Amino acid sequence: MNETEAPGRPAGTGTRGTGTRGTRGTTGSAGTGPRASAGTGRAAASTSLGRIGALARAELTLLGRSKGTLVAALFVPLVLPLSVRSAATKMDLAEAGLSVGTVVLPAAVGFSLLFAVYSALVGVFVVRREELVLKRLRTGELRDAEIIAGSALPASLTGLAQCLLLTAACSLLLDLPAPPAPHLAVAGLLLGLVLCAALAAVTASHTRTGESAQVTPMPLMIVSMMGSGMFVPLELLPDRLASVCELLPLTPVLTLVRAGWTGALPAGETLAALATAVAWTALAVFAVRRWFRWEPRR
Amino acid sequence: MIEVTDLRRVYGGGFEAVRGIDFSVRRGEVFALLGTNGAGKTSTVELLEGLAAPAGGRVRVLGHDPHTERAAVRPRTGVMLQEGGFPSELTVAETTRMWAGCVSGARPAGEALERVGLSGKAHTRVKQLSGGERRRLDLALALLGEPEVLFLDEPTTGLDAEGRRATWDLVRELRDGGTTVLLTTHYLEEAESLADRLAILHRGRIAATGTPAEVTATQPSRISFELPEGYFVGDLPPLGELGVGGHETDGRTVRLRTRELQRAATALLVWADRAGVELRGLDVRSASLEEAFLQIAEHASGTAAAGATETVTATATAMESEGYAA
Repeated sequence: MNETEAPGRPAGTGTRGTGTRGTRGTTGSAGTGPRASAGTGRAAASTSLGRIGALARAELTLLGRSKGTLVAALFVPLVLPLSVRSAATKMDLAEAGLSVGTVVLPAAVGFSLLFAVYSALVGVFVVRREELVLKRLRTGELRDAEIIAGSALPASLTGLAQCLLLTAACSLLLDLPAPPAPHLAVAGLLLGLVLCAALAAVTASHTRTGESAQVTPMPLMIVSMMGSGMFVPLELLPDRLASVCELLPLTPVLTLVRAGWTGALPAGETLAALATAVAWTALAVFAVRRWFRWEPRR
Repeated sequence: MIEVTDLRRVYGGGFEAVRGIDFSVRRGEVFALLGTNGAGKTSTVELLEGLAAPAGGRVRVLGHDPHTERAAVRPRTGVMLQEGGFPSELTVAETTRMWAGCVSGARPAGEALERVGLSGKAHTRVKQLSGGERRRLDLALALLGEPEVLFLDEPTTGLDAEGRRATWDLVRELRDGGTTVLLTTHYLEEAESLADRLAILHRGRIAATGTPAEVTATQPSRISFELPEGYFVGDLPPLGELGVGGHETDGRTVRLRTRELQRAATALLVWADRAGVELRGLDVRSASLEEAFLQIAEHASGTAAAGATETVTATATAMESEGYAA
């Protein structure tokens, strides 16, 4: 009485696809022997979406109960743009074709990605690993990519909601017009979410404890804030420095978001930004598949 | 249901935790891996669960490789890890609901919790549970999908006597329902009372395997007593004729080993009766799994012990001749 089970693939459901390790559609039996005697007779096979959903729901509950993470993730990205704004009003922006709005809005998106998604997820991955939750999840039907996707989903959606809120606030308060190239902003934001979740998993691989998870995200956060055009637009940096900064992981994300509002990105530069973001994401996914730690060190 | 051939596991630092073991578990059987801490029990079970790839040898669970064919195996197995694995801030009910969403054909959460006596704790956070309650939650989740094969890594560690009995009853009930159970334990009593067959692991190798009775049968029974005042060992009837295989003395205490317990005990008591002496501290006991286990722990080290029960026999024989010499 073997039933053929065709497990759904994790597809593009989560905020990320960390590869498909162990996702072969294999034939298995879903209901034999003892199971048939279960009173309720619910022998439905679990699906990829269902598993990610169940895990994401639990993670959302945990996010709501983690006060420290909530404050850092929700509050900080709402406050930091204010300081960028006061700095931006003193910059000579008009010459670079920018305005206060097109500086503050991408910066706000960047802060949200760094605090609500990247930093928060480093903590999530490390704490779940140290609590042996990841190991326990791997004993079940969840695939590795599903575990990462389900764990990352709540923080990623929080980051997404925050970005939308900040965009609306910037548009209203800083007199930003409707974006002439919204598709660039959307592409930048989505790539940014996936990239930050993947980078968080990479960082978590090199983080031993929940305490050190407060520190290990700092290098990327500081480098991004300084070099990816969050506090100072790359347009205002010396050319040589700017061309190096363009290669940083979050730079293409911010460039694309900004271009959504300035509409002034040549096709070549758009492609370059997309390629850089995709390359970083691919690199991060590769690193996760290669080096992600599912259990504490012995 | 489970086939293990020449299985090996080596950790990063080069430590060889599992050194070529073979065994198989049949459908509906309870199989226990018994061993001291560090014997390789958990390392072995993790390979069977598919959490890691073996360094050598072969594992088949339900006919599939549990590591490379996860999708085929996992919907039909249930796993209870040795410890932890649940977010401490979730309640019992939330944890169960989460896990149920990841299991094919999951039973209702309430029913699963009731089965292990945790219904009253549904709204308690995991971090507030006692160690024993966590073990029971883990068991409930391992059973959610009505698995055909169940892996239990030290299922009763941290449980009180009552909880342990309840878990044993549950395991027997599952076995009677056709579930195949592989469990690890360092409680001899648990292996003796639950397992249909067992293997004693020692330093990554199987030192003895068989039914509890078979493993026990390799061990001699024991008689011990205090020599009466004024008597010496030489005053006892010839030990060889009593069926005694060996003896040792410790002060006035004499310990005899025999494979013919009734004959040896009768002869000894008849002698004492005729001599009109009292044997203080008289203790007559059948061979036990505990002795088999202790002997292996003490003596089986360093030997190429692939020959299963032979080792125990050899060790026991060695002990006996040693006893004679003393």
